[in-house]
Amino acid sequence: MDRVVIVGGSIAAVRAVEGLRDLGYKGRLTLVGAERHLPYDRPPLSKQALVTGDLSATRLHDRAWYDEREVELLLGTPATALDTEHRQLRVADRTLPYDGLVIATGAQPRSMAMVADPSLVHELRTLDDLARIHEAFGRSRRLCVVGAGFIGLEIAAAARASGLDVVVLESDPTPLFRHLGADAGAWLGRLHERHGVDVRCGTSVSAVHGRPGAVRVELRDGATLEVDAVVVGVGVRPATDWLESSGLRLGDGVTCDESLRTSVPGIVAAGDVASWHHRLYGRSMRVEHWTTAAEQGRHAAATLLGEMLPYEAVPYVWSDQWSARLRLVGTTTGADRVKVLASSDTTLEVVFGNADRVLGALCVNAAKRLVVHRQAIARATPWQDLTTV
Amino acid sequence: MSLTVLVDMDACQGYACCLMEAPGVFDLNEEVGKVMLLEPHPGEHQRDVVEAAVRTCPAKALSLAAPGDRAIG
Repeated sequence: MDRVVIVGGSIAAVRAVEGLRDLGYKGRLTLVGAERHLPYDRPPLSKQALVTGDLSATRLHDRAWYDEREVELLLGTPATALDTEHRQLRVADRTLPYDGLVIATGAQPRSMAMVADPSLVHELRTLDDLARIHEAFGRSRRLCVVGAGFIGLEIAAAARASGLDVVVLESDPTPLFRHLGADAGAWLGRLHERHGVDVRCGTSVSAVHGRPGAVRVELRDGATLEVDAVVVGVGVRPATDWLESSGLRLGDGVTCDESLRTSVPGIVAAGDVASWHHRLYGRSMRVEHWTTAAEQGRHAAATLLGEMLPYEAVPYVWSDQWSARLRLVGTTTGADRVKVLASSDTTLEVVFGNADRVLGALCVNAAKRLVVHRQAIARATPWQDLTTV
Repeated sequence: MSLTVLVDMDACQGYACCLMEAPGVFDLNEEVGKVMLLEPHPGEHQRDVVEAAVRTCPAKALSLAAPGDRAIG
């Protein structure tokens, strides 16, 4: 193998570059990024960078770092098609041959079908999105956030910290309902309300009208909101449109085996775009969080170089909202039972599982407890043994 | 031959990834939300878990000193 191409411009792609060079790959190496920016870290986009506009926390490596490792950067040019038969990648008007390929194109925001004019709503996924929203914060007094997931709640907190009046709309009964369940969701809703965020659950948007700077949001229950700006955070979907005719097996993202190999030899995938077989959980999963993307980038590089180990790390995600430091280890997908181990105004500890085992745990301002929970999850501890955790 | 772990306390955000990866090396001061280094010089047998802790720190607050670096952690 002497011609590897990495498609993607975020942490999974960067860790794949690091992994390939660290593990001794000396051939040609090209990184193809859809954005014009050097590859950067996305978590700060919905956090401190949104309040301050300071992008330093998003920085990964400078251009000299790539030069030293002889990495060719093709930025601002998304890959548009993949020909797996002839091992060629289409990038703008170029055709790139490869003999090893890492797919790390991540995910893209879901849009709301009822928004006729996309210029009326913001989405937050990229540095350019951040610049637009930060600017909108500066000339707005009242903001509507659609979607009370991790991103929506972080945006709401950032906007409130920037002095705006904020309304959050969520169709589920509580914030993060599908992710964390009713108990933790309601706890988070109260946290945001204490900080002056107007959290409205069980309501959904029927139409968005007006013009940028004066937007009218109509709700299905007949209510209307007049706001200066709207940010939508209703989830993401894997960025696989460019792979439709590639012959790669696609499902919920790019389908991979346990070591992150796709259905075509010489091609691996990592991060939000990859759906891989997780041995610990005994099923396919796709994770949209930083830690998995970072670790899979390196792991996919090793797999591409012939080291066939399963990727079986326990997932982890964090979110800091106001004084609450949320840390979730494992997964809540597939959980049909929840146990609140501790709950106060400032702390929360919730375990998620199914009939067989402990699947995940949420700790708010109780991060030391993550250690035992992760061990319990990694050992597939039976749910009935939970009291001994 | 032991390793030398360096911690950037200003960068640390209390994400707790390091103590999950290497509980004998790192702990957390829950009051201030910062890492506590239990073992500044882990043995070579702990290299894998310490390197995992360095890699998975979202705040990039951890590093391993290269051989010859003067330990400041």
